[in-house]
Amino acid sequence: MADTPLLECRGVSKAFGAVQALYNVDFDVREGEVMALVGDNGAGKSTLIKSIAGIYSLDEGKLLFEGEPIEIHSPREAARLGIEIVYQDLALADNLDVVANMFLGRERIQNGFVLNESSMERTSRETLDSLHVTTLRSVRQAVAGLSGGQRQAVAVAKAVMWNSKLVILDEPTAALGVAQTRQVLDLVRRLAERGLGVVIVSHNLNDIFEAADRITVLRLGQRVAVFERAKTTQEEVVHAITAGALTHAPGAVDVEVVEA
Amino acid sequence: MAEYLRGWLQRVRDGELGTLPIIVGLVLIVVTFAILEDNFVTERNFTNLLLQMSAVATIAIGVVFVLLIGEIDLSVAFVSAVGGVVMTLLLRPGDPGWSWWLAIGFALLCTTAIGFLQALVITKAGVPSFVVTLAGLLIWSGVVLILTTQYSTAGTIRIQNDVVVGIANDFLSATWGWILGGVVVAGYAVSQLRTALSGLNSKPLLVLGMQIAGLAAVTFAAVWYANKDRGVPKVALILGILIAFWSFVATRTRFGRHVYAVGGSAEAARRAGINVDRVRIAVFMISGFMAGVGGIILASRLRSVATNTGSGNLLLLVIAAAVIGGTSLFGGVGRVVSALLGALVIASIQNGMDLMGLASGTKFVITGLVLLGAVLVDAYAKRRRAARGVV
Repeated sequence: MADTPLLECRGVSKAFGAVQALYNVDFDVREGEVMALVGDNGAGKSTLIKSIAGIYSLDEGKLLFEGEPIEIHSPREAARLGIEIVYQDLALADNLDVVANMFLGRERIQNGFVLNESSMERTSRETLDSLHVTTLRSVRQAVAGLSGGQRQAVAVAKAVMWNSKLVILDEPTAALGVAQTRQVLDLVRRLAERGLGVVIVSHNLNDIFEAADRITVLRLGQRVAVFERAKTTQEEVVHAITAGALTHAPGAVDVEVVEA
Repeated sequence: MAEYLRGWLQRVRDGELGTLPIIVGLVLIVVTFAILEDNFVTERNFTNLLLQMSAVATIAIGVVFVLLIGEIDLSVAFVSAVGGVVMTLLLRPGDPGWSWWLAIGFALLCTTAIGFLQALVITKAGVPSFVVTLAGLLIWSGVVLILTTQYSTAGTIRIQNDVVVGIANDFLSATWGWILGGVVVAGYAVSQLRTALSGLNSKPLLVLGMQIAGLAAVTFAAVWYANKDRGVPKVALILGILIAFWSFVATRTRFGRHVYAVGGSAEAARRAGINVDRVRIAVFMISGFMAGVGGIILASRLRSVATNTGSGNLLLLVIAAAVIGGTSLFGGVGRVVSALLGALVIASIQNGMDLMGLASGTKFVITGLVLLGAVLVDAYAKRRRAARGVV
């Protein structure tokens, strides 16, 4: 793991009208590490990752990528930097096959305008193989026929295929059964082993304690704790989620309150 | 091989019916009418059938594209009429007496522009395509009435250009008929073999061989049958070129891939960076263009346009053709060639019923029931596709 974090957020704030979704949040991810982002509903996890993915702009704070200050104004800019995000609904087209989905919007062409099917199929197969996704019989199956875990694997492989350096997964195991969750968590660890930075947003502490290296806890828009997974317990994390010490009272950001 | 068959059977059970319903339907229809009506299985009737289905098939190709993105275009029949009328008016000798390619070109420009305009309203104003194209239906029907009554006394305007009349009324010589048949089979074989040989996952060679052989048998039988009458109609050549071109666009180009993606999940397409609005506009322009081509073919067949051009059950038959051919009303599923197959089904039913001398009312009822049947099969298939789906 490098010394400079892959991605660093310093003092990031974002409000939607009267709602302070994020306040003065510090957040960092290193290369080759799995950082879990946890918090109750409304804690600001979704806002934070969408800000990193270029969907929201930040009111305050700085973003640094590989040590360089950056501004991300759109998902395209994020993708160009190497930041890919896999949303909870996976954004897959059910009527298309695995190859078509993995190359959606970025299809390879030959002779000017003809789809280069063989090249795309080969690359899809190679990417899935490199991630040890073995349960897919054929990359030409329609995505609609895949199980939840396989769909998640396709969505993740799609994100990883494009020279990505940071992959953000939003609730990847939320709708999955036990075996499929196992598949996905293995996949997450493999991404980190390849040197990517991985952010995994999740409610499921069991999954997090399996796959994550560090855990950032958000509560009411503020970062209340960062734990090293090996040095903490589920109880400690739960306590931070529900009762972590806030530095500012939510909604009254110009008033400093220190909780006992 | 056995595994492929099992896979195919499973796909059918899972709602991926492909061309199966039409083939079954066509066989049923041919057998039924062959029994009920002697004149159905004559060579002359066969070439008549090819002529009758050509305009419907052409317009249906455009409708397939619209259905693929989950929209509908109710204006196609009258847009096709606008195309036919504009071309006919431009061909009038001396007034302005344009050459055939100029008149046709301008007519197609008009119908494509109509498609563009309707698409603009749909995408920018966010009005559902059903309503916009319904309004279009009314508007363009009015335009047709205005143009035909203004430039004629009896309401009919004759086409006075041999080339244009020849489009839908001329036939290929026997030799050219065979050549066309050979090109169709060769083209199909080449495209299938290319995918097979590039080492991608595909059908076992035995199945491939059977499909090519099957197509060859049907195609050459059709050419032979047509040659026994007046020959293969020229319009079959035009239709063949259109189908080959648009099939290629739909399956082998980035644009075609984006059309299917938008139909499958507009949200996924948007997140992938595809400009969904641009795809929508392009698709409606295709619909307008193909409606124009169909209108030209229709006008050529009747050698004229009239106040009732585009009216009647043309719209119904076109949409029925697309749906019966296997294109889903829900978007994302369907093939260009389904327009041809569906038009064949529709035309053969209409043709058979005409030969039997059935009353108009009866014909409407039967055609409507067939369409209903096709839509029910489509809905059932969709439910099967959803049932075997996710998580």
